[in-house]
Amino acid sequence: MTDTTAKTPDEFAPTDAAEEDYSAASEVSQVKLRRTRRERAWLSLRKAPISAWIGMVLIAIYAIVAIFAPLLAPYGEAEVFAQPYAPWSAEHVFGTDQIGRDIFSRLIYGARNTIGIALATTLLAFAIGGGLALTAAVLRGWTDQILSRLVDVLMAIPSLIFALMLLSIFGSSVPSLICIIAVLDSTRVFRLTRAVAMNVVVMEFVEAARLRGEGLAWIMRREILPNIMPPLVAEFGLRFCFVFLTVAALSFLGLGIQPPTADWGSMVRDNASLIQFAQYDLKAALTPLLPAAAIAILTIAVNFVVDWFLHKTSGLKDEH
Amino acid sequence: MHPVLKTVLQRLALGLMTLFLVSVVIFSAIEMLPGDFTQAVLGQAATEETVTAFRRELGLDQPAIVRYVDWIGGVVTGDFGTSFSGRAASGVDRSREVIALIAPRLENTLFLASMTAIVAVPLALFLGITAALWRNTAYDKGVSASTLATISMPEFFVAYILILVFASLWPVFPSLANVRPDMPFWERVYRCILPATTLMLVIVAHMMRMTRAAIINLLAQPYIEMARLKGLPARTVILKHALPNAWAPIVNVIAFNLAYLVVGVVVVEVVFVYPGIGQLMVDAVTNRDIPVVQACALIFAATYILLNLMADIISIVTNPRLLHPR
Amino acid sequence: MANDDLLLRMRGVEIDGWSDERWHDIIKGVDLSLKHGEVLGLIGESGAGKSTLGLAAMGYARPGTRIKGGEIVFDGQDLRKLSERQKQRLRGSRIAYVAQSAAAAFNPAHTLLDQTTEVAVRRGQLGRKEAEAYARELYAAMDLPNPDRIGDRFPHQVSGGQLQRAMTAMAMASKPDLIIFDEPTTALDVTTQVNVLAAMRKAIEQFGTAAIYITHDLAVVAQMADRIKVLRYGEEVEEADTHTMLTAPKETYTRSLWAVRSLEKPGETSDDKILQIRNVTAAYGKVPVLKNVSIAVPRGKTVALVGESGSGKSTTARVVTGLLPPSRGEVLFDGEPLPPTLAGRSREQLRRIQMIYQMADTAMNPRQTVGEIIGRPVAFYHGASRSEVRARVAELLDLIELDESFSDRFPGELSGGQKQRICIARALAPNPDLIICDEVTSALDQIVQEGILKLLLRLQKELGVSYIFITHDIATVQAIADEVVVMYQGSVVEQGRKEEIFSPPHPDYTELLLSSVPKMEPGWLSQAIAERRQLTP
Repeated sequence: MTDTTAKTPDEFAPTDAAEEDYSAASEVSQVKLRRTRRERAWLSLRKAPISAWIGMVLIAIYAIVAIFAPLLAPYGEAEVFAQPYAPWSAEHVFGTDQIGRDIFSRLIYGARNTIGIALATTLLAFAIGGGLALTAAVLRGWTDQILSRLVDVLMAIPSLIFALMLLSIFGSSVPSLICIIAVLDSTRVFRLTRAVAMNVVVMEFVEAARLRGEGLAWIMRREILPNIMPPLVAEFGLRFCFVFLTVAALSFLGLGIQPPTADWGSMVRDNASLIQFAQYDLKAALTPLLPAAAIAILTIAVNFVVDWFLHKTSGLKDEH
Repeated sequence: MHPVLKTVLQRLALGLMTLFLVSVVIFSAIEMLPGDFTQAVLGQAATEETVTAFRRELGLDQPAIVRYVDWIGGVVTGDFGTSFSGRAASGVDRSREVIALIAPRLENTLFLASMTAIVAVPLALFLGITAALWRNTAYDKGVSASTLATISMPEFFVAYILILVFASLWPVFPSLANVRPDMPFWERVYRCILPATTLMLVIVAHMMRMTRAAIINLLAQPYIEMARLKGLPARTVILKHALPNAWAPIVNVIAFNLAYLVVGVVVVEVVFVYPGIGQLMVDAVTNRDIPVVQACALIFAATYILLNLMADIISIVTNPRLLHPR
Repeated sequence: MANDDLLLRMRGVEIDGWSDERWHDIIKGVDLSLKHGEVLGLIGESGAGKSTLGLAAMGYARPGTRIKGGEIVFDGQDLRKLSERQKQRLRGSRIAYVAQSAAAAFNPAHTLLDQTTEVAVRRGQLGRKEAEAYARELYAAMDLPNPDRIGDRFPHQVSGGQLQRAMTAMAMASKPDLIIFDEPTTALDVTTQVNVLAAMRKAIEQFGTAAIYITHDLAVVAQMADRIKVLRYGEEVEEADTHTMLTAPKETYTRSLWAVRSLEKPGETSDDKILQIRNVTAAYGKVPVLKNVSIAVPRGKTVALVGESGSGKSTTARVVTGLLPPSRGEVLFDGEPLPPTLAGRSREQLRRIQMIYQMADTAMNPRQTVGEIIGRPVAFYHGASRSEVRARVAELLDLIELDESFSDRFPGELSGGQKQRICIARALAPNPDLIICDEVTSALDQIVQEGILKLLLRLQKELGVSYIFITHDIATVQAIADEVVVMYQGSVVEQGRKEEIFSPPHPDYTELLLSSVPKMEPGWLSQAIAERRQLTP
């Protein structure tokens, strides 16, 4: 998508060629087309490709399910029924699991738990990584050196492996899961935030603020942060996907969210053995794939939206 | 000294430094354990003497630096210590050497990873480069969209779909990849088809997207436009003007994804019950068998670091600015 | 075909560019014709579409642009009707291109010789040995040092000026009929530029090549072209032979372009110094950049710092503002020594020295409105209330000849000249005594430059503010300076009243610098080269 050879906007000159006479006044009175922020947001939303729309609608559905889980689920999260591995029926839409819990209800509660944990983790990772990165970018010097080298070392260990090691030490509970993954993921956030912040820090308006005598907080919050928001928002989407998949993978391995909390990763693991009965009961065999598909669809949806957002905010243009 | 040699040596030193720091981080894992973990390992019934003996065996009565030197010295000579499992409160010790647990499984994992890489790397490069060259065609859009979907799926989703279709509905491949050392080569390959395919789909998707981006970036360079304006045919522009500058980005993409592959095996091994190092590590984490966890983590991290180191060195030796200094 | 003498005839060429999700016109029906061996100068401001038109002469449209209409007839063939393959065969062998940045346009992986001979050898026009011999001949013609060996070097091993000459040699290697020069000397220092220009002109004269020379610099085009065409907003303003164009331009727009360089003010000086830099030595790490520099700025006057890139002009500004503490020497402001670091200075000291930058684009936070940008210093230094800030912003906008309604615009909604005016307003906001202007006009088009210079002069007269004016452009110095400081490699060559500095006798470096500045007379280049031969060993 990158197209650096495309014309800069300057090449497209305004069209008032009738004004032949040059004067400072005419240059000064040139008015460029302007719109309010809301108009611009609506305009670009209207032009969003179909994939971005699908993504946004899907994300909205997931959010509604997660928020209203207790209202939508027919049964309780840990309610146990008499028959384990019950087939799909009117009573249990997707049957029951190995100890007789309603799969459909657990899928709905799983949205709340899995997405909630992934979201909390991503937010924490951004708070840690983003905060440190901004400090490093503005102060530079030793602070930057030490933080960057530390991040290099932490990133030299594959994050899933690191997470496994730390879980073996701290045990698998939701708080330790969130903290461990957030800390590990914050290294990636740090790298990106530092890189984009560095591009802004070298700009002259930051130097101007420094020459004016502005403090660190002002420079970070008012001069840098607003200018790095678009890449950070996109990165938030991507990091969310990554965290979401990591949490799911850990739960699938039996090391993440622990029972009886409903969670998509462990649901796959618990019902995986049903797959081998595909020739006799295809519906039952599909059961373990439902939570896996729920994970995949949300990730694809977020990726669709991020792709469009990145394409739009980076100002990249495709050839036509 | 020639700048290339100098840069390579600097990079090697940096790599060694990173390895050292990573080993320190992994070693300190045991430091972070709560004080009563020996009790937990040996069981509630353990007597005072057995606990003390176990603590002495672990060297917990010595300062951390001494233990680190002991541990890393052992690692270098292939001695990763003894497993925690198999110990009993009575002091009976049926635990095994960590190296004996790891060696056969490491071999299995390397087999699976190589099998995947041999197919995945050429395929991904082909797809990535062709998609970049035929940008915005239906081919490019198709490949890009399907790889975006693939990278969004958890590995176990891909794995179970393959199992459902090729092991359950049409049983052509085994769903359990239970290889044994005495198995003939092709039998092993046959049993590894599904896990290798799972890994391949995921890796190819990542690698193809990164290759495409790297090539597009390269083709946007002014010297490529210049080559076109010199009237050179497309083939010459690509082979003579783009390719010599493409090695560094391509090698980096490959190394990054092979490193990713190393991590990806963990989940896939568990799904297919493949006796590899990833499954070993997951079991060790579940049982909190710290020496095994440390050994596995160190092996994974070292592979990861060495792959990236190799990529960097290849980038350095193909950089014309370093090869032909001022 | 109508006229056998014509090499290139473009008629009604229309080119579109894709942006904001739709096509916009870049070139709106331009005609152009070129005879064999003739040099046409194509001039205009940024955005006039010169480069786009130049590339269209090769039948080439950059990604994101398309040639929509018109005909481009090169030697009897309409390029628009040829297949891509046929056009490729013309490019490189009959029409060649010289890009603005040679450093980016040479492939880092191959030697200069390899890239120079590539097309001729591949097309079978010459054998490898002959092509290499011819390339060496061209290197010699381009006055490259050691022409027999320089071809074995890689692009990063030679200097920018040499690379630009090598690129011209590469363009000539397959004996083309036409070369498109796309701002080939814009990125070079003036003293380097003269030699490159001279070598280019000598080579195209020697081989009788026709050329389209694209530039925004009138004095340069006067040296190179037989005829000049002025473009604006993708349309032709006028076209005439160089002499007529320089002496009697018809259109008002062209005349206004020409007029900028005639701005001049008499230099005055005063013994009352607002700023004194005394024996300052400074370094970036271990690299020394300023060597024992002493400069004095008279109150209410303008001191211009002139010199090429690397001369230490901008570093001097960094020392004054406190961004780079000197390793030796001191800076006195209004008689008092200034603390060397930014952190050591009081808010009042910071307030009294302000700065304006070259690139107004990067000097303003794109996420703040004009009102916030100008209002912040008012609130920051004077602790003014919201309504006071608003009143002061309106006052400042009025001072820089902009309407009050601009205060809620974002920088992205302003033109280049407007942006620079906002930067001036921001610098004026805290009522400073000294403003450092770092190349403030060099990124702007000629006519906009004039407006900015006039504004700065008026503000000085009204407010009594002093300027340090950093520039590499002698015409700008003529227009604004009272005193001039000539710098070279981190040292001051000479300092004094403008009239004294600009009249002989000069120290060697000043002489070289002044004689390198292109003048708007067609014969200047030959004369300058003749004089320089005696200067440089």
